[in-house]
Amino acid sequence: MTTATDPPKASFQLSQLIYDTRYRSYTFQFIALVLLMLLIGYLGANLVTNLAEQGQNIAFGFLAEPAGYDINQRPIEYDSQSSHLRASFVGVLNTLIVAVLGCLTATLFGVTAGILRLSPNWLVRKLMAGYVEAFRNVPVLIWILIIFTIMTAVLPAPSAFRGDNPDSSMLFGAFAFTNRGIYIPAPIWGGGSIVVVLTFLASIAGVFYYRRYATKLLYDTGKLLPMGWPSLVIFFVPTILIYFIMGQPISLDYPALKGFNFGGGIHIRGSLIALWFALAIYTGAFIAENVRAGIQAVSKGQTEAAASLGLRPRRIMNLVILPQALRVIIPPLISQYLNLTKNSSLAIAVGYMDVTGTLGGITLNQTGRAIECVLLLMLFYLAISLAISAVMNVYNNAIKLKER
Amino acid sequence: MNKTVFLGALTVAGLAAGASAAATLDDVKARGTLNCGVTTGLVGFAAPDANGVWEGFDVAVCRAVAAAVLGDANAVEFVPTTGKTRFTALASGEIDMLARNTTWTFSRDTDLKFEFVGVNYYDGQGFMVPKALGVSSAKELDGATVCIQTGTTTELNLADFFRKNNISYEPVPVETNAEGQQQYLAGACDAYTTDASGLAATRAAFENPTEHVILPEIISKEPLGPLVRHGDNDWGDIVRWTLNALIASEELGVTSANVEEMASEPTNSPEINRLLGTEGNLGEMIGLDADWAKRAIAVGGNYGELFEKNIGEKTPIGLARGLNAQWTDGGILYSPPFR
Repeated sequence: MTTATDPPKASFQLSQLIYDTRYRSYTFQFIALVLLMLLIGYLGANLVTNLAEQGQNIAFGFLAEPAGYDINQRPIEYDSQSSHLRASFVGVLNTLIVAVLGCLTATLFGVTAGILRLSPNWLVRKLMAGYVEAFRNVPVLIWILIIFTIMTAVLPAPSAFRGDNPDSSMLFGAFAFTNRGIYIPAPIWGGGSIVVVLTFLASIAGVFYYRRYATKLLYDTGKLLPMGWPSLVIFFVPTILIYFIMGQPISLDYPALKGFNFGGGIHIRGSLIALWFALAIYTGAFIAENVRAGIQAVSKGQTEAAASLGLRPRRIMNLVILPQALRVIIPPLISQYLNLTKNSSLAIAVGYMDVTGTLGGITLNQTGRAIECVLLLMLFYLAISLAISAVMNVYNNAIKLKER
Repeated sequence: MNKTVFLGALTVAGLAAGASAAATLDDVKARGTLNCGVTTGLVGFAAPDANGVWEGFDVAVCRAVAAAVLGDANAVEFVPTTGKTRFTALASGEIDMLARNTTWTFSRDTDLKFEFVGVNYYDGQGFMVPKALGVSSAKELDGATVCIQTGTTTELNLADFFRKNNISYEPVPVETNAEGQQQYLAGACDAYTTDASGLAATRAAFENPTEHVILPEIISKEPLGPLVRHGDNDWGDIVRWTLNALIASEELGVTSANVEEMASEPTNSPEINRLLGTEGNLGEMIGLDADWAKRAIAVGGNYGELFEKNIGEKTPIGLARGLNAQWTDGGILYSPPFR
């Protein structure tokens, strides 16, 4: 006769939901979830009720109607008869332009300042500390306004360039610095210019290929090819040759005074410059601190070990320190990029028509569809932030410590 | 059980939130002050003086309403609003009325669910340029950079005007009048456009007003008036008829100087008597006492007095009455009868 009995059948009792540790956390999480959903539901219902009371509803039909206003900086075709949706796209592109320019420049400023903060030179070190502290501790809106005000107040108006003996003149006859922005020559793409562009792209690829080949050769055979001047030759010579062979298809359209303003060339507006520069220099100060922290996180032993192998200081930085420091630098760098992108919504302070200025500003105001516009704005910023995070996370995964 | 109580509480809260939308008059009386939305600063229309006391033509309307409703012209909380924030402020109930050079348009009246109670200034959009520019007509502004307050009807009129005349321009959006003035004076824009009255007021604040000209073209109709939210008609009536009282009193010859005397005993003009409450019960009809109009007029005088004192020809702003004269004097100001 067997003495083995079935284990006592666990009969589930309601009290177990609270007293049994296996279920308790689920119970409370469920309660919290229900409460949260009720709260959101209440807020949503409250919104709909109050809107209905005012005789309004949530609808997105206004996006198809003509916007009726003009935008100065238009990356895509747009006029006052275009739809609100198109105006929003113009705003989105303007946001992206300033965000991309800002991120690139901020990284440049930040990495430079961060490395120089660790310079053995006392003056350089202190200057960089001064830059970081000054820019990090003043709100970015103030910097935007300061830079914009300096631009409009200090630089001459286009009228100063007029007359036989003007107060101001253009730099090299090609660049005009005015209080409405900077005018630079624009390229005119003639027939055959596509060949020049393709050659240029090919030579960029060629530079990378050559450098990779040289590195591989170094690792395989120990033979060191020169890197510097061949890269420059590959970069410049083919393009210049093709440019002249094709009969100089690309010419420049120089800005010139025309009516009230400069005409021709590319007009980089003062609002873009102020916003771009302020965001870059402000976020750059934060990135500098990230870079400094990242470099200092690599133990001093690594530098000493590399030095004892005979590496020169530049090589130590490029080959030993920075690759390890990047693991520390990249994650906070992502959030700095996100900050910069979101801070670009301060654009309206200087009249830069970003998406907050078009969709969240004029469109919202002219149509009165505040909730719809703000919802779309939130969606846009959410999407762009997630996209930046995703891209940067891919990069982060590529450089992070490979555990073997 | 607990859940039921919770939901019940939510329902009550929701109902309470809904109910507070109506009966602005009760809210104002309970609060003891009138929240009035004005500009962030436009000399002559609404701007704080050296002592921080708001004054101006639009401010006077707020004060008249406060005097009519609360009996105290100083019981006004002035809320500065920009072109962008004004409608949200009104729709959300942050302010009880908006007196801020706001153009009465179809979509604002219907789609935005506001109620324009009348017109206190008939205006039109104009352009101001420096004399040195040598421009005499807005049609010569091809290629010009134009500063414009964003979120206003002027922005749309500007686009229409340039499109109609087939000339190009570059808009420079600015947030407030002060910002526009700064940009214009720095030469960051060739021309500044807004309502002609606003241009005159802005120019008056310049160091050298004579160096700037206002171009002759008036490119739009801009009837400016105070507005309230849809849905509280009693409150709308109070603001509407306070404004009408100011206009009618000029027509009837009631001024700040003689209003006390006229209101002390019935005169031989029945309409003045009805207006000032010595005859009939008009005050009771709009939920106020009999002296409401008397108090509103006593604050700063009738429409004509307010005009002369704040923006008239003797002030630095120097606006002529023009369209804003009484209908009896060739203008289009016309108050419905007090009857």
